[in-house]
Amino acid sequence: MSARWLARKLAAAALTLVFVLAFNFFLFRVMGDPLNQLARLPRATPEEIERLRAAYGLDQSLLGQFADYAKDMLTLDMGVSQVTREPVWNEILTALPWTLLLVGTGTLIATLLGSWLGVIAATRRGRRTDDSLLSFSLFTYAAPEYWIGILLILLFAVAVPILPAGQQMTPGVEFSGPIPQALDVAEHLILPATTMTLMMLGQYFLIMRSSMVDVLTEDFVTVKRATGLPWPRVVRRHAVPNALLPLVTLSAISFGAVLGGAVTIETIFSWPGLGDLSYEAVQAKDFPVLQGTFFVFSVGVVLANLLADVLYFVLDPRVQDA
Amino acid sequence: MTKLLSTARGRLSLSVIVFFALMAIFGPLLAPDDPRASSLEVLEGISLAHPLGTTENGSDVLSQLLVGARVSILVGFAAALISAALGTAVGLAGGYFGGWTDRLLDALENWFLVLPTLPLMIVLTRLLSPSLIVLILVIGLTSWAGTGRIVRAQVLTLRERAFVERARALGASDLYIVRTHILPNTAPLIFANTVLIIAVAILSEAALAFLGLGDPNSISWGTMLEHAFDSGAPSAGAWWYVVPPGLCLTVLVLAVALLGYLFEEQVNPRLQGRPA
Repeated sequence: MSARWLARKLAAAALTLVFVLAFNFFLFRVMGDPLNQLARLPRATPEEIERLRAAYGLDQSLLGQFADYAKDMLTLDMGVSQVTREPVWNEILTALPWTLLLVGTGTLIATLLGSWLGVIAATRRGRRTDDSLLSFSLFTYAAPEYWIGILLILLFAVAVPILPAGQQMTPGVEFSGPIPQALDVAEHLILPATTMTLMMLGQYFLIMRSSMVDVLTEDFVTVKRATGLPWPRVVRRHAVPNALLPLVTLSAISFGAVLGGAVTIETIFSWPGLGDLSYEAVQAKDFPVLQGTFFVFSVGVVLANLLADVLYFVLDPRVQDA
Repeated sequence: MTKLLSTARGRLSLSVIVFFALMAIFGPLLAPDDPRASSLEVLEGISLAHPLGTTENGSDVLSQLLVGARVSILVGFAAALISAALGTAVGLAGGYFGGWTDRLLDALENWFLVLPTLPLMIVLTRLLSPSLIVLILVIGLTSWAGTGRIVRAQVLTLRERAFVERARALGASDLYIVRTHILPNTAPLIFANTVLIIAVAILSEAALAFLGLGDPNSISWGTMLEHAFDSGAPSAGAWWYVVPPGLCLTVLVLAVALLGYLFEEQVNPRLQGRPA
């Protein structure tokens, strides 16, 4: 990998990060004046407000305030929750693994299943299987993910009560070891992860399908076929690897949307991740927490795009020549 | 338009859209009950008096559904118009002027394309306090990047065409060239893209309303889902309260998105003859 290429990508990501910080600063410090948030303090005298302004550094120039702000965010000093009085970063650290588990499981299943179904549809273009898969993926694309989640709760937790409807593990249970606990978490993960998968599946399916349709018409596929290789082998060994590239780009571009899905899905399943934390913060108007989760979401998107660039570089030799 | 009506998919999506448009206009007149009237018949199933059952307050679900269409569609439509105007302005400016303006706007566009849109909309709506106007503005201001990118690409190719160079050589002003040459040749693309954004905007309003950030004074399909969920309708097995608003959203969004794709296919040369 050329060092110059990597340095350029890193510089671009760093620039985006500065942009994210400026944007957050604008949102939470300029638009949402922190003193307005402190207006909960009843009957503050003008002198007290002045003292608070100084304490919050609001008497400095805007640029000085931004420098302070950037330093605080980057050193993970994000203030305390107005509800629990816990440092925001601690709350984020507790919630982050749960979101990673949910988003990771959903993404993994959606990519594997979506690309598998995409290959099936592309090799049977225009036939019944293809049509039904297309209709199904269009439906899951249009349907709100939280609605699908509620339907799953109705079906599998209420009508046929075989799965838990919420939370990450059975409350109030002493587990005899890590394995029973993991199994309990896995059981609670089924419905939210299925919802997450259904939300993403349609896109991965459609992209893989159209990418495969393109690749299957390329000359090298015809040549491979002409050499007498069996068709399934041509598809598996030669067409599929070449059709996988757009999936990398898609997963990076749609990462922001996936995080949006994490907010609604974690909310309906009371899954204690960053999305649920944001939802609670919205309900309680807990701005420090809302600011912290939004910052982590934004940084996550920047990292996902950087990772996709690197993956693309590793996977596609044509980019390396450029 | 006639081309659209000649395909079964075009006819289907147009009829669905007309159906929901009529619902948005006449829904409140057709509602059998006051959608906010509470009664003691709480979370009751389908009956003659309440064809879609009742809510947690004993209100009529069908009446709420009919009234809710208006807000869902209005917000989606208005937000898409704002998004189209903003995307067009940014795309035109970047594509036409090039240089640093373009580089800066392009970076902004790229960021808006990937940023976590729903969390951003949540933050903005929370900071501004939810109302219809705020919802329309927030959704419109966060969903313009796709339009911007498409307009920019089209303007970049138009800018180099002979007829634009000719107009410039004859001393036409930038404003004149943009108005008479660039914009008319970009309009069909903008139109197709705006239809697609209506679908996204309808879903955004529903998601915000579901998270408790809808306009507190009006009923939309999103607020219906919020109230259904918060009142425990799913665990009470009240499917008649949960299914209708979500199904209306899904069917409408499907129809609008399909129409958008059909328009796009007609106006985007790159998509003509693409494998269906």
